[in-house]
Amino acid sequence: MDVALRLKDVTIAYHGHPAVHHVNGGFETGSLTAIVGPNGAGKSTLLSALAVLRRLTNGGIERHAAVSRPGAIAFLAQLSGINSDFPLRVLEVVAMGAWPRVGALGRIDRHERDAIRQALHEVGLDGFEDRLVDELSVGQLQRVLFARLIVQDAPVILLDEPFSALDASTTHDLLGVVTRWHQEGRTVIAVLHDLEMVRVHFPQTLLIARELVSWGPTAQALSSTHLAQANQRSLAWHDTASWCEVPGQRPARTQEAT
Amino acid sequence: MDALWMPFVEFAFMRRALVASLALGLISGPVGVLLVMRRMSLAGDAIAHAVLPGAAVGYFLAGMSLPVLGLGAFVSALLVALLASFVASNTSQKEDASLAAFHLIALAIGVTLISMRGSSVDLMHLLFGSILAVDASALILIAAATSVALILLAFIWRVLLASSFDPLFLMPFGQSGKWANQFFMLTVVLTFVACFQTLGTLMAVGLLMLPAIAARSWSRDIPKACVLASLFAMGSGLIGLLLSYHFSLPSGPAIVLTAGLFYLVSLLFGVNDGLLLRFIPTARHRES
Repeated sequence: MDVALRLKDVTIAYHGHPAVHHVNGGFETGSLTAIVGPNGAGKSTLLSALAVLRRLTNGGIERHAAVSRPGAIAFLAQLSGINSDFPLRVLEVVAMGAWPRVGALGRIDRHERDAIRQALHEVGLDGFEDRLVDELSVGQLQRVLFARLIVQDAPVILLDEPFSALDASTTHDLLGVVTRWHQEGRTVIAVLHDLEMVRVHFPQTLLIARELVSWGPTAQALSSTHLAQANQRSLAWHDTASWCEVPGQRPARTQEAT
Repeated sequence: MDALWMPFVEFAFMRRALVASLALGLISGPVGVLLVMRRMSLAGDAIAHAVLPGAAVGYFLAGMSLPVLGLGAFVSALLVALLASFVASNTSQKEDASLAAFHLIALAIGVTLISMRGSSVDLMHLLFGSILAVDASALILIAAATSVALILLAFIWRVLLASSFDPLFLMPFGQSGKWANQFFMLTVVLTFVACFQTLGTLMAVGLLMLPAIAARSWSRDIPKACVLASLFAMGSGLIGLLLSYHFSLPSGPAIVLTAGLFYLVSLLFGVNDGLLLRFIPTARHRES
């Protein structure tokens, strides 16, 4: 199997304290993986590094040639990172997905408009094009953002806690979209908290508690032994912790979280 | 009725003042709405004050020549905006804090320079402008600055809106979000440089912010609010000039007071979130 994204000794630190510590492994092309772990375990940090939004402190992420063009990795931030009171129209938000093709000045032609309408249909928001996003419910907004991902049509899709704060029917519909992406052969990686959902819908799981605990088929990765290990790890920072030496490398500066 | 157009028919300086305020109103609408929407109302204020030291230096070099004043103003405002965003992106200081710091320094330098060399009449000119002294060359400068600002805004429009809604979305596609922000600061600076010559550094913010805030009371939709804000600003220019002519008021404050009136009326009667709506019982609602 091809590997879409390969992690090589990835470490990401904030103010010198690692949030993700020496993680190795690969996401196979076409795999559907859940990233699971306690709060503060580095899940979102790792995901944003995969999305090339964050510099690594050490190590590297190798991208397969097919996913190295800009826009090939679609990223859905947590809802809290979005200014949902900025009154764009639903059509405009979904059209942002066409960015890799139209850029800042290109025209949204009929072809793109059809794709946008089709995407809104797929997430169950027919006829919402002209609504302002600041009047949508949380669930409707997340459906709009999924429609944007559909329009972006990327081979790799990263989702940061996509189902938090959503009701059962919205979660069901959007999980259907994720499953369809998997069937279409896209690589999908999602940070999740609901272990039941992971066991039912996600074939692969990466369990992390700052360091990698387990990574593989979900049933094995989420065994009770592994879960106990993840929960036991202390995630507190120790200001007096000694520096982690990497032979022949000076630690690079990291970007601060905002 | 003659009172409405005779001043413009009779006097060339009134015609030039009118053209200048219409041009300023046109650019003020969208720039003001974007400043309000991006919660940068006070950043606009800060940049407006930052034009003062440059304008003062220009004044010493060439006297009351609007092109030289404009160039000086442009350089110092741009310097403050760039310094502030440089400090914000390279330290943990937020942009509004560094903008506050640099604009206060700039303001103090400006007032000191003028008090060292000029008279208080000069200070009044720079602070409150003199729209009735706009000559042909100043008019060309205002037209050029507002046109460039408007064209620039059209180019960065989509990036600005996208990054205001979802700041992370554009990051993987390169630096366009960052660039759009810098170019937006440039359009704000250009707008102020055009405005301050006629309205002065203190009053220029008024024409930018008041119509924009008023427009938001009528519509949440951004394009609609931009058009409305431009109309309010141009209306303020026209009415303010007439008030200034008939009651011999200083033109800058007259224009900004009119804009203030638009704001207060919108605040009360606006259909989006006007204050009077709160007193109308809202039992009426649509079928679910």
